[in-house]
Amino acid sequence: MREKADVKELIVISGKGGTGKTSLLGAFASLAENKVLCDADVDAADLYLILEPEIKDRQDFQEGHKAVIDKDRCTECGKCRELCRFHAISPEFEVNPIDCEGCGVCVYFCPVDAIDFPIKTCGELFISDTRVGPMVHARLGIAEDNSGKLVTLARQQARKLAKEKGLNLILTDGPPGLACPVIASITGADGVLIVTEPTLSGHHDMDRVVELANHFEIPAAVCINKYDLNRDMTETIEEYARDKGLPVVGRIPFDPSFTEAMVQKQTIMEYNASCSAAQAVQGIWERLRSTL
Amino acid sequence: MIISIASGKGGTGKTTIATNLAVAMAPEVKLLDCDVEEPNDHIFIQPRITYTEEFGLKVPKVDMGKCSLCGRCQEICQFKAIVVVGKSVLTFPELCHSCGGCFEVCPEGAITEVDRAMGIFERGTRDGLQFAYGSLYVGQVMAVPLIERVRAEIESGMLTIIDAPPGTSCPVISSVKGSDFVILVTEPTPFGLNDLKLAVGIVKILDIPHGIVINRSDLGDDKVKEYAKEEGIPILMEIPFSRQIAEAYSRGKLLVEELPGWREKFIHLYERIVDYAGKS
Repeated sequence: MREKADVKELIVISGKGGTGKTSLLGAFASLAENKVLCDADVDAADLYLILEPEIKDRQDFQEGHKAVIDKDRCTECGKCRELCRFHAISPEFEVNPIDCEGCGVCVYFCPVDAIDFPIKTCGELFISDTRVGPMVHARLGIAEDNSGKLVTLARQQARKLAKEKGLNLILTDGPPGLACPVIASITGADGVLIVTEPTLSGHHDMDRVVELANHFEIPAAVCINKYDLNRDMTETIEEYARDKGLPVVGRIPFDPSFTEAMVQKQTIMEYNASCSAAQAVQGIWERLRSTL
Repeated sequence: MIISIASGKGGTGKTTIATNLAVAMAPEVKLLDCDVEEPNDHIFIQPRITYTEEFGLKVPKVDMGKCSLCGRCQEICQFKAIVVVGKSVLTFPELCHSCGGCFEVCPEGAITEVDRAMGIFERGTRDGLQFAYGSLYVGQVMAVPLIERVRAEIESGMLTIIDAPPGTSCPVISSVKGSDFVILVTEPTPFGLNDLKLAVGIVKILDIPHGIVINRSDLGDDKVKEYAKEEGIPILMEIPFSRQIAEAYSRGKLLVEELPGWREKFIHLYERIVDYAGKS
């Protein structure tokens, strides 16, 4: 599949939230050429706040089902309550949509077919233009399930868009954490950049995503944001990364310019390309580009 | 009373609020870390672990000696976790939601349920403070069942503090549902505000009283405060950015033990919550 090999995808993840994934990805968006942007943090998508996309196309994201009991048909026999392992059915025979897992066991076993099982619309997917290139982003409905599938869908759209437009790079902003959405965001990628901070929590959470990247055999690199808040911890983390065979692609100093740029709806490269943090980010980008 | 700590955005300071509030209220308190993907509270609490279990989820095991290849298990499974292929039945344990459908539907009684290890659950203490957390194994997809396991530690009549994961989807809902009050931790930035609004959406759906803590309150703009005022949500506490606080955090130290005045501030935070929640 030569076509697939021509488009490279880089994902920024962190394990711990709030280490600067989105600010960093925004900066890369200013620096990289011929790319598509993809926001895979569908739970709390923030990249659009900097890049102000103009939406060109939107589609509903439908996935899974929810049980709904029709009171007119229900004989209150209690079979559904007995079988539901998610305690989603009340003594009044109403399904709590938040607790319903969509497993369909109640639907299947209801002796009078009183339970409907409609498909759910759980979010939206957008294809947009921004001042730094095309972008795919999504919004999961509040309290919805299936974020991993929406992440996969967003990444597929980004790849399709890259091929259509003849672009050879996808820059993807990943979600925090370790489970379903993160796994969906890194599988099959060409590389991940792990952004951490020099704290015990940052170290702990990074160790787990390093293990995850190894588990799925995806090449990973590490950079440390706000490195000067604890220089000893920065050294410890860098040593750990090297022991694991991961390249350390840079250190970014603590710099309120990141927040100031965000308030101005700009990437840090647009806001002040000569500040120390922007210089550090540029160095990181150049090292990453040469490895991709 | 159950107080949960949540935030749409990650890295706003949930762990800081949860651990410091718990230690300030000790010993009559239980702290439950429900961020099973990236649990951090134990780093700050340094509990003496008194109990460890490997947490497993029930998944199907098929006895091919009894199976008639009727395919009903495949038909009922909404998660494509069990499939009949030729003369065998394949199971995909990582996709299984443990609903029990295949087990119930099998007419031959060929399916039994076996435990599949998903993570670790631990319980411990620190100077009388009771602590429990879960840690999902790397590569595991589903966080919610382990969150439910940690929440099984809730004891009525005892002050329980729950540290929730970031985001706005099912793991957050599972963590905070049934709480008497939710503290929403944010930072005064466009990202912080955007994700705060999503988190407010959750507590409104769940109909739980809530208030805001603004962390690094001097780095950003005034939009979070304007939003809180418009929505009538109380601002319970503000923590300014300080290198001293950031440094203590980086070493896994607690504000209430390292810096003067913070124990009183966290006790005051609790008292304000009692006022708003109408119970203690």
